[in-house]
Amino acid sequence: MSSLAAATPTTTWYLILAAVLFGIGAVGVLVRRNPLVMFMCIELMLNAVNLSFVALAEKMGDIGGQTTVFFVMVVAAAEVVVGLGIIVSIMRRRPGVTADDVSALRG
Amino acid sequence: MELVVFVLAAAMILVGAIGVIVRSNPVHAALSLILTLFGVAVMFVAQNAHFLAAVQVIVYAGAIVVLFLFVIMLLGVDRSEDLSSEPFKVQRPLAAIVGLGVIGLVVAAVVSSRDAISVRGTGLNVADTLGDGDTNIKQLARSVFGDYVVAFEVTSVLLVVAVVGTVLLTRRVKGSGKDT
Amino acid sequence: MLELIWLIPALPLLGFLVNVVLGRVLGEPKSGALATLMVAASFVVTVGAFFDLISMPAEERHHVVTGFSWVPVGSLHVDLAFLADPLSITMALFVTGIGTLIHLYAIGYMHGDPNFSKFFIYLNLFVFSMLMLVMGENLLVTFLGWEGVGTCSYFLISFWHTRDSAATAGKKAFVTNRVGDWGVMMGMFLALGAAGTLSYSGINHAAESGALSAVTATAIGLMLFIGACGKSAQLPLYIWLPDAMEGPTPVSALIHAATMVTAGVFLMTRVNPVLAIAYDWVPTLIAIVGVATALFAATIAVAQTDIKKVLAYSTVSQLGFMFLAVGSGAYVAAIFHMVTHAFFKALLFLGSGSVIHGMHHEQDMRRMGALRKLMPVTAFTFIIGWLAIAGVPPFAGFWSKDEILLFAFAKSPILYVVGMITALLTAFYMTRQVIMVFFGEARWNDHSAEHGAHGDFKPHESPKIMLLPLVVLAGLSVIGGVMQLPFTKDLHFLEKWLEPVIEFGEADIHASWAYENKYLLLGIAVVVAISGILLSAVVYAKKKIGAIEPALLADGWRYDRAITSFMGGPGRRVFDGVAWVDRTIVDGAVNGVGRLVQGAGGTLRKGQTGAVRNYAAAVGLGVVALLVWFLLRGVVL
Repeated sequence: MSSLAAATPTTTWYLILAAVLFGIGAVGVLVRRNPLVMFMCIELMLNAVNLSFVALAEKMGDIGGQTTVFFVMVVAAAEVVVGLGIIVSIMRRRPGVTADDVSALRG
Repeated sequence: MELVVFVLAAAMILVGAIGVIVRSNPVHAALSLILTLFGVAVMFVAQNAHFLAAVQVIVYAGAIVVLFLFVIMLLGVDRSEDLSSEPFKVQRPLAAIVGLGVIGLVVAAVVSSRDAISVRGTGLNVADTLGDGDTNIKQLARSVFGDYVVAFEVTSVLLVVAVVGTVLLTRRVKGSGKDT
Repeated sequence: MLELIWLIPALPLLGFLVNVVLGRVLGEPKSGALATLMVAASFVVTVGAFFDLISMPAEERHHVVTGFSWVPVGSLHVDLAFLADPLSITMALFVTGIGTLIHLYAIGYMHGDPNFSKFFIYLNLFVFSMLMLVMGENLLVTFLGWEGVGTCSYFLISFWHTRDSAATAGKKAFVTNRVGDWGVMMGMFLALGAAGTLSYSGINHAAESGALSAVTATAIGLMLFIGACGKSAQLPLYIWLPDAMEGPTPVSALIHAATMVTAGVFLMTRVNPVLAIAYDWVPTLIAIVGVATALFAATIAVAQTDIKKVLAYSTVSQLGFMFLAVGSGAYVAAIFHMVTHAFFKALLFLGSGSVIHGMHHEQDMRRMGALRKLMPVTAFTFIIGWLAIAGVPPFAGFWSKDEILLFAFAKSPILYVVGMITALLTAFYMTRQVIMVFFGEARWNDHSAEHGAHGDFKPHESPKIMLLPLVVLAGLSVIGGVMQLPFTKDLHFLEKWLEPVIEFGEADIHASWAYENKYLLLGIAVVVAISGILLSAVVYAKKKIGAIEPALLADGWRYDRAITSFMGGPGRRVFDGVAWVDRTIVDGAVNGVGRLVQGAGGTLRKGQTGAVRNYAAAVGLGVVALLVWFLLRGVVL
C-alpha cells in the first residue's frame, strides 16, 4: 500500500485521463440532442486537449505547450460566442428545436 | 501527496464529464461542466501551469459557462430532454464504438510511446517556495509575446470579428421584428 | 483545260445550288434551261480535256487535279482529287453529252408539272454525283458519287411521290442498292488494308507489281462485283430496275439506261488489274452472272406489255452483256458497248417517252399501234434505235455486241451460245415492241373513253424540244460503231485510246480460234439478228404463228414475288428476332446500368439524414479508423 501511495502520477496517467475525457465528450456530442449540451460536450473535448498539452509541456520542458493552451482557450471563447449566437438565432425562430430538427439537407 | 491530488482531481473531472452527458436538464449539465473545469484547473496547477489554471477558472468556468447559462435561461430551453428514446437506432451503438475506439486507441498509443517522449525545450520555470512566484507568467509571457506574437495579434482580431459577427447574427432589424 | 477538270462536276453542282435557292423564282422553263446550260458547259470542259489528253503521248495520259486533303488520319491519306485519263474522260463525255440532251428533252416532257424546278434540282445533283463517280481519283470519291447517284435515283424514281407505287419503287431501289453498297465498302476496306491506299493508281500498281496477293485480289474483286451487281442490276439484285420505271421517262433514260447503271461496269474496268490477278474463277463467275442475267431478262422482256418495262428488262439484259465482256477480259468491248448502249437505249427511252407523251400518258402497248404516221420523227428515230439494239449492221449496237461475243467465244463457246440466244431474243422482243407500237392497226380508239373522253382522241407528235435530242441520238446510233471497227488494227480507235487503262487486264485472244474466224462469227451474228426480226414479224405482224407470252415470263419468273415472300416470311422473323435482341439485351444492358446506378443511389441516399449527429458519428468513425490504420502501420505498435 505504501508503494502505491508513494507512486507519483506520470505524464502517461494524465494523457490517459485526457483520452478518457475526450472519449466521454465525443460520446456526448453524438448522443445528446439539445444543442447547448452538445456544445458543452465539445468544451469537454477541448479541455481534454488542453490537459494533454499541459502534461506534455511539463514533461518535455517546453513552454510552447502552455502557450498553445492559452491560444486554445482564446479561440474556444470566440467559438462559444459565435456558436451560441447561431443557436440563439435558430432557437428564437423555432423554440425547442433539437439538433435533429435542423435537417433541411436531408437527401 | 501528488497521487492524492491526482486521484481527487481525476474524480472531479470524470464525475463532471459523465454528468454533462447524462443529465437531461441542461442547467444540471452546465453545473457538471463547471465541476469538470475545476478539476482540470487543479490538474493544471499540479503540472506547474499556474497562470493557465487561473485563466481556466476565470475565463472558462467564469465566463463561458456563465454565458451558456445565460443562453439557457434566455431561451427557456431548460426543459429536460428526453434521453430514453433515440430516433436514430444506430446512433448509440455508433457512439459507443467511437467513444471506446478513441479511448482505447489513444491509450494504446500513449502507453506504447511513453518512452519516446523526451525533453526538448529549455525547461519550465518553477516557482520555488520562497522566491519569485510569477516565474510561470514571465516565461509564458515571453513565449506569447516573443515567439508567438503574430498568433497573438491574429487571435485578438479573431475576438473582435467574433463579437461583431455575433452581434450581426443575432440582431433584430428595427421595426420589423424579424431577425436578419 | 486539264487543270480545269474540277469544273466538270462543279458546274452541275452550281446548277443544283442555284436551282435550290432560286428554282421556284425562275420557274418554268428558265430553271430547266439553267440546268441544261450547266451540263452543257460541263460537256464543253470535258471536250476540252479530251483534246488536251489526245495531244499528249499515250503513257502520259493520266492527269490528277487535287482539290484538297479530305481524310488525313494517321497513315490514311485520301484526297478529294479528280483523275483525267482516257477512261474517265470517255465516261464523262457521254454522261455530260447525253445528259445535256436529256435535260433539254425534259424541259419539254415535264412541261406543266407543278414541281418543274425540283426535277431539275435532282437532275443536276444526279449529274454532279455521276461525274464525281467517274472522275474520282480514288475509291472514296467514286463512292461519294456512287452513294450520290443512288440517292438521286431514289429522289427521281419517287418524284411523283403521291403515287404509292412510285414511292415504293424508290425505296426498293435504294434498299437494293444498299445491299450492293455493302460490297463496295468491304472492297474499299480490303483494298485499303492490302494496298494501304484507296487511289486507283495505288491499288492497280499494287496489283500489277504483285504486292497484292491473289486471295486479296479475289476478295476485293468479289466485293466490288457485289456492289456492281446492285448498281448495275445484275441477277440477284436487278429487281429494282423494272420498278424504277415509275419515274418520269427522262429519269429512266438518263439514270437507268445511260449512266447510273453503267457505274458497276465502270468500277470493274477501273480495277481491272485486280481482277486480272484474282483467281480465274472470279472473271468466269462475272461472265456467267452477266450472261445469265442477259438471258433471264431477255426472256422476261418478251412477255411485257408496258412500253417502258420492255426497255427496262432490255437494259438489264444489255448490262448482262457488258458484264459478260468484263468477265471475258474484254474491257474495251465492255466500254464500247456501254457507249453505244447509252446512245441507243437513251434514244429508245426518250422515244418511248415521246410516244407516252403523245398518247396522253398511256403506257400499255396493247393500246397503241399504227403510230408511225402520226408521230413520224419519233417513229423514225425509234426504228433506228431498234435496229441498233437488234444488232443489225452498220448500226452501232452490232459492232459492240459482236466484239463482246468474240471475246466470249474465246473464253468459252457455251458463253457464246447463250449470248447468241440472248441476241436472238433481243431482236425478237424489240421487233415485237416496234410492231406493236408503230405498225399494225390503231388500237387506241377501243379504249379512248378511258382517257377522260377527249372526244376525238388522236395521238400527236411531240414538240421540237423533245424531238431534237431524239435526232441527235439517232445520228450517234448510226455512226457510233466507227469507234472500234473490227476490220483492221488501224480502226481500233477505242482500243488504242483506252490502252493505258486496260492493258494489264485485257485478254489477249489473237491466238484463239474465235479471232481467226471472226468474220465467220460476224456473219453468224448478222444472220441471228435478221432471223430474230423476221420471226417476230411473222408472229406479230403477219400473225401466222400465235404469240407465246406465258404469264410466268410476264411475272419475271416470279423472282420478285419469291423475294417478297421470303422477306415477308422467314426474313421478317429473323429481323424481328434481331430487333428483339436489340431491345431486350442491348437496350436492357444499357438501361440496366442506369437502373443499377439509380438503385445504388437510392440506397446510398438513406445515409443522408440531414441530422448533424449522424454526420458527426460518421466523422468519429473515420477518426477511429484512421487511428487504427496509423497504429497498425506506425512504429508504435
